[in-house]
Amino acid sequence: MSGMFNGTVASITLRATLGRKRALLFGVPAVILILVTLALKASHPATSDWPSLILGDFGFTVVVPLTALIIGGSVLGAEIDDGSIVHLLATPVCRSTVIMTKFAVAAALTMVLAAGSELVSGVIATGGATKLVMALFVGALAGSVIYNALFIMISAATTRAIAVGLLYVLVWEGLLGNFVSGARILSIGHYSLGIANAIAHDSALHAGLSLTTAVVMGAIVTVAALGVAIQRLASFSLRGDAV
Amino acid sequence: MSTIELAAVTRWYGNVVAVNDVTMTIGPGVTGLLGPNGAGKSTLLHMISGFLAPSRGTLTVGGAPAWHNPDIYRTLGLVPERDSVYAALTGTDFVRSTAKLHQLPDVGAATARAIDMVELADAADRRISTYSKGMRQRIKVAAAMVHDPGILLLDEPFNGMDPRQRLQMMDLLDKLGAEGRTILFSSHILEEVERLSGTIQVIVAGRLAASGDFRAIRRLMTSRPHVFSVRTSDDRLLGATLLGRPAVTGVELTAKGLLVRANDYGAFCRELAVLARKHDIRLLELLPSDESLESVFAYLLAS
Repeated sequence: MSGMFNGTVASITLRATLGRKRALLFGVPAVILILVTLALKASHPATSDWPSLILGDFGFTVVVPLTALIIGGSVLGAEIDDGSIVHLLATPVCRSTVIMTKFAVAAALTMVLAAGSELVSGVIATGGATKLVMALFVGALAGSVIYNALFIMISAATTRAIAVGLLYVLVWEGLLGNFVSGARILSIGHYSLGIANAIAHDSALHAGLSLTTAVVMGAIVTVAALGVAIQRLASFSLRGDAV
Repeated sequence: MSTIELAAVTRWYGNVVAVNDVTMTIGPGVTGLLGPNGAGKSTLLHMISGFLAPSRGTLTVGGAPAWHNPDIYRTLGLVPERDSVYAALTGTDFVRSTAKLHQLPDVGAATARAIDMVELADAADRRISTYSKGMRQRIKVAAAMVHDPGILLLDEPFNGMDPRQRLQMMDLLDKLGAEGRTILFSSHILEEVERLSGTIQVIVAGRLAASGDFRAIRRLMTSRPHVFSVRTSDDRLLGATLLGRPAVTGVELTAKGLLVRANDYGAFCRELAVLARKHDIRLLELLPSDESLESVFAYLLAS
């Protein structure tokens, strides 16, 4: 079957993903971001930079990756864990089509929830659709794409995708990406910040990468991660007998 | 086009050999893959279905290699052992989606035919999450058969089914086999294989222990030496008497009674009753001590 996107695979993935109990968690990071924004708005912080700090640093290194991790882990990892992926793979559909379609579904869901919550929170924080809000929204859209490529690769490569992904978000994005300047070149959160800063030109975003670096590195990470995911799924194996 | 061929196929995991040098050809009709749990049946089925690479040897399905070849699914249907289907979908949606993935020209007709085949039309519009174990197995068969493949593989299809569901599934597989398809199913239960298949492949400890017509192998199984544990009112007298009978090859006197080795199951049982009556010995207990399926398989492997 030719083409990188398959509507039937997308439909099955969407229904199976939203039909799991785990789907209740998809919106939790987004709701937390909106509640934090409301609380800060109500408390009138002394610094006027707080929308950039909360929606940039917290949004791009916690909310977007956690949403992508839960969704990206569900569209592929959960099906591998429960074995239902076999029904999809026991058809002539190319494994690359399966990966690309699941990636598209996961990225779209993450965009709606994570980037959507950035947009809503931005409007609440700044009082309207400002340049900063649009910049954060675009940065979150880019982050939704790149983070999902990474987490789909992790789902295809290991049976402990959520644990590995969580470790990555907390240690790499949360600690090293913010405190070790050299790690920023491999931080998806900083790719999002770099893209947002190119639009908003806001020093409070603490962007450590230029737009060019962010876009090029983001593209490289996305393509490489999806390539590895396709290769891993092509060699997907079942183990049956107790050996 | 409907033949499965394995030539010296071996599969190992690290230092553990799961399937060892298996050569077999499986053609049209129903074939049972019989063996105890952990014998290598699932590993074999996974290799045949293209979900595991052989470590050594060649394996072809319809003349084409199974590994890294999604094209084999045009002629092969797979019913995996795990009870994992897309539970959020209805039965119809699940089968229809599979038909679409196969790019069938008339998805609606193929879906209806497959659902009718497994007699699930009444429940087809219910979510799979509401199905019983037997219904889930049948909807998996419908999805595996929607593209009318010549080969159907089923991994432990009767696990968890009640007797009525088993009979329904057996009738269905019988019918599919009679239509000239190659049906290969695995089981660790002798009676299931006995009821269904004329041809069996017996796998023990990763090796092909026996292969061919079920009746011949069954005869081999029943004529093997049997060991019985016997407790009577006079073990010593009965032991001495039994030693003179041709059906008995050995007697051991133990603290718990007699351990008798017989080479003919039926003859021994008949003679034991006659001898006990003749010598006025009261039989307190008679137990076959090696009737586990594993011991049957071990004997087949040794012979």
